[in-house]
Amino acid sequence: MIQLLAFYLFATLTIASAVLVIMSRNPVHSVLWLIVAFFNAAGLMVLVGAEFIAMLLVIVYVGAVAVLFLFVVMMLDIDFAELRAGFIRNFPLGILIALILLAELVLGIGAIRAGSLELGVADGSAAPILDRSNIESIGALLYGKYLFLFETAGIILLVAMVGAIVLTHRARKDTRPQDVSRQVRRRPEEATVNVKPEVGKGVQL
Amino acid sequence: MIGIEHYVVVSSILFVLGVLGIFLNRKNVIVILMAIELILLAVNINLVAFSAFLGDLTGQIFAMFVLTVAAGEAAIGLAILVIYFRGRGSIAVDDVNRMRG
Amino acid sequence: MIQAIVFAPLLAALIAGLGNRMIGNTAAKAVTTAGLFLSCALSWPIFIGFVTGSAEAGVTPVLQWVQSGTLSFDWALRVDALTAVMLVVITTVSALVHLYSWGYMEEDPDQPRFFAYLSLFTFAMLMLVTADNLVQMFFGWEGVGLASYLLIGFWFKKPSACAAAIKAFVVNRVGDLGFMLGIFGTWLVFQTTSIPEILAAAPAMKGASTIGFLGARVDTMTVLCILLFIGAMGKSAQLGLHTWLPDAMEGPTPVSALIHAATMVTAGVFMVCRLSPMFEAAPVALAFVTVIGALTCFFAATVGTCQWDIKRVIAYSTCSQLGYMFFAAGVGAYGAAMFHLFTHAFFKALLFLGAGSVIHAMHHEQDMRYYGDLRRHIPITFWVMTAGTLAITGVGVIGVFGFAGFYSKDAILEAAFGSGTELGTLAFMLGSFAALLTSFYSWRLVFLTFFGKPRWAGSEHIQHAVHDEHHHADGAHGHDHADHGDGTAGYHPHESPWSMLVPILVLSVGAVFAGFVFNDTFINRESFWNGAIFYNEHLIHAMHHVPLWVKLTPGIVMLIGLFIAWNNYIRNPALPAAFVNNFRQLHAFVYNKWYFDELYHFLFVRPAFWLGRQFWKIGDIGIIDRFGPNGAAWVVARGSGYAQKVQSGYLYSYALIMLLGLVAAISWVMVK
Repeated sequence: MIQLLAFYLFATLTIASAVLVIMSRNPVHSVLWLIVAFFNAAGLMVLVGAEFIAMLLVIVYVGAVAVLFLFVVMMLDIDFAELRAGFIRNFPLGILIALILLAELVLGIGAIRAGSLELGVADGSAAPILDRSNIESIGALLYGKYLFLFETAGIILLVAMVGAIVLTHRARKDTRPQDVSRQVRRRPEEATVNVKPEVGKGVQL
Repeated sequence: MIGIEHYVVVSSILFVLGVLGIFLNRKNVIVILMAIELILLAVNINLVAFSAFLGDLTGQIFAMFVLTVAAGEAAIGLAILVIYFRGRGSIAVDDVNRMRG
Repeated sequence: MIQAIVFAPLLAALIAGLGNRMIGNTAAKAVTTAGLFLSCALSWPIFIGFVTGSAEAGVTPVLQWVQSGTLSFDWALRVDALTAVMLVVITTVSALVHLYSWGYMEEDPDQPRFFAYLSLFTFAMLMLVTADNLVQMFFGWEGVGLASYLLIGFWFKKPSACAAAIKAFVVNRVGDLGFMLGIFGTWLVFQTTSIPEILAAAPAMKGASTIGFLGARVDTMTVLCILLFIGAMGKSAQLGLHTWLPDAMEGPTPVSALIHAATMVTAGVFMVCRLSPMFEAAPVALAFVTVIGALTCFFAATVGTCQWDIKRVIAYSTCSQLGYMFFAAGVGAYGAAMFHLFTHAFFKALLFLGAGSVIHAMHHEQDMRYYGDLRRHIPITFWVMTAGTLAITGVGVIGVFGFAGFYSKDAILEAAFGSGTELGTLAFMLGSFAALLTSFYSWRLVFLTFFGKPRWAGSEHIQHAVHDEHHHADGAHGHDHADHGDGTAGYHPHESPWSMLVPILVLSVGAVFAGFVFNDTFINRESFWNGAIFYNEHLIHAMHHVPLWVKLTPGIVMLIGLFIAWNNYIRNPALPAAFVNNFRQLHAFVYNKWYFDELYHFLFVRPAFWLGRQFWKIGDIGIIDRFGPNGAAWVVARGSGYAQKVQSGYLYSYALIMLLGLVAAISWVMVK
């Protein structure tokens, strides 16, 4: 009973906040509604028993990604008024395509129910360790069977980090860093110049 | 009782909303990025639900990786947006055709 | 021995042609001329052997060629009396022309090429005359056509020379088509291409069978012989396929002397004589030959009377004399035809080389209207030209002595009359009238060139020459533009160098004496020919017993022509202009070569060009190019235009398209 209620609550709130994300005029509002959606999705996952993933969702998505969004929205000086103008034109076509997509997805479910679509049968290799918690089971699998993928994920994150820095990096104009390769390339012939200036006149560098 | 269908329905609706969000919002690039996050969220819910109902932890592992990639992609996307804004002073992508063939 | 004769020129041609600038002018000239003189020296003993009756006909095989089922023929060199005659003609004239070209082509930058071509031509001609089978003869036939094309267009930077070369080749080709069809038909009928075998089987075929040709059933031998004769018509410039010969004068004068006087154009006559047993089995074909020959003889003589270019006059003269040879063959006097070929080679080559000497002396001026009074300046040339003219007009006293043409031409006319047929008599009439015209235009040439007052001043070439001389002598004299008043414009023609004079002197010996010496051999002695050509005993007998007026006719008409020429060009030079004024239309008709060129242009050239243009504009450009490469390019351009429109650069349309693609993919999976 509680489960049913909780499920419908979380589900409704997720969908509602998703709608509001895309319909809001103010991007800051959109980000906030996105956060709400994330929380409710985490709730859905807890209901299913994947509490680790749920917490991960909250910490990473809400705590990092959504906050990043907020930072950027705040940082860019956006003029809200003109942003909504083009919304109405595409609306019918968009709704049509969305409905088609939804229909197909539902059909897919129907096919599962009817039995004509085969779902892959779990072979039990990744079965949860029943008397341990979710986080322990995931840990055992992650550092065991899927270790390589774990490392790769780390590298992906590293690349993303480096990429973000490289993209937005602006050189400071008031510092003069060393150019090591230029220093090494220097040759004795161009290091010194012998000049004989006239008396009273300086040397031009 | 709550069956797999419920979760799949929720996930599909979220997915469609995300897709709708992408091309309904011409003038606001940030909302497009957020809609992408919605899509990824929908996929995550789907994966976790199936993992639970099939008794296979692979779904959850995969959901973790999706999470990772989503985070990375959001970071890069926002960085690009920042640069774009730096150059143009506005985030309206309506009449920008710099990728024209 | 015969191999040496035939292949020495080829070897020389290869050395000179491939060596070209590497070996230098002198080496090329020396090699080719030496090769030709060697061939010449080896040929005369063979000929004399046949004349004295000590030589025997024989075949020397050289190389195997084709063995394919029932079709088999080899490279082999046949030597009999007919071949021997042609050998001496070809090698002698060719050797002398080679020597002559030392002087004539002295300032030309391309001498090795020229000499190589001359030797190549000689080789091809020798292959033609020594051919043991029809295919080898055709090889030689084509080879001389090729050499003629190369030599006419020798100065290829001149557009008129190139056009003339193409014209010669194309008209020859038409004849060659007939020849090829004749060879095919012969093989079909006789199952062999070997000449001795064909000639042995030919008499039996007379009137024996019919063959389907162009949908109708015609007598076999007639069809074959007429087809072969069409080839001869093309090569020997008979009426209908004659248009290339006057234009062939674009080539250097030694070429005209060698190819278009003595050898190549006589290949047709040679072929008819060689295949005489075949022709004897087809009386209709012989009649055709007679008619064509007589008409050509008449036609060319009329046109030759009006020409101003010295080489054109001699070219039409050649055409006319070839007509004589053909109608002699047509009435059955093959020996007379060959005799006339023999003597004609000497005096025609002499006339051409002499004309070359005149042209050389007059600084490349060829228009006779600018000649006059040259006999005092270039006397040797004058005397040899006179000797040649005496030979061609046939001056002589019956039973005593005559120049070369006297014997051969008279023999032909007597044979024509003696054959007793209507065609023969017609040929006799046309031939006699043509003899009158021949005499007229030959003496006209001599009088215009060597007698009268000098008319050189009007010529551009002379003015150039004088200008050059004045330039060279500038410092000493200062400019002397005094009007010389005597038409000479201050020019001094000089005699040709010895390298040019020696050949024409040698030829003049032949022109004077060849007829007298060899008359009996060619005409009367069957033992000389010995089966090489068909010998018509009855005709020879009749020939010698024609009435006296027939025997005197050639001499009489010659005198009449001489008188008219003397009257018009020496005694009363205003007469020609008056004559032209009175007969304006006739003169225009004859001067424009009976409008044959215009007719052919209208009938053949223009439609051919039109057809070519259709194929080009509509076929090639309009269809093949349009749908092929241009079409592909257009499709690509259009397609990329569309693709360009899709790639608008707008983010949202890209997103939309991605979405649409996704929906489509899912739908497809669903449907499946």
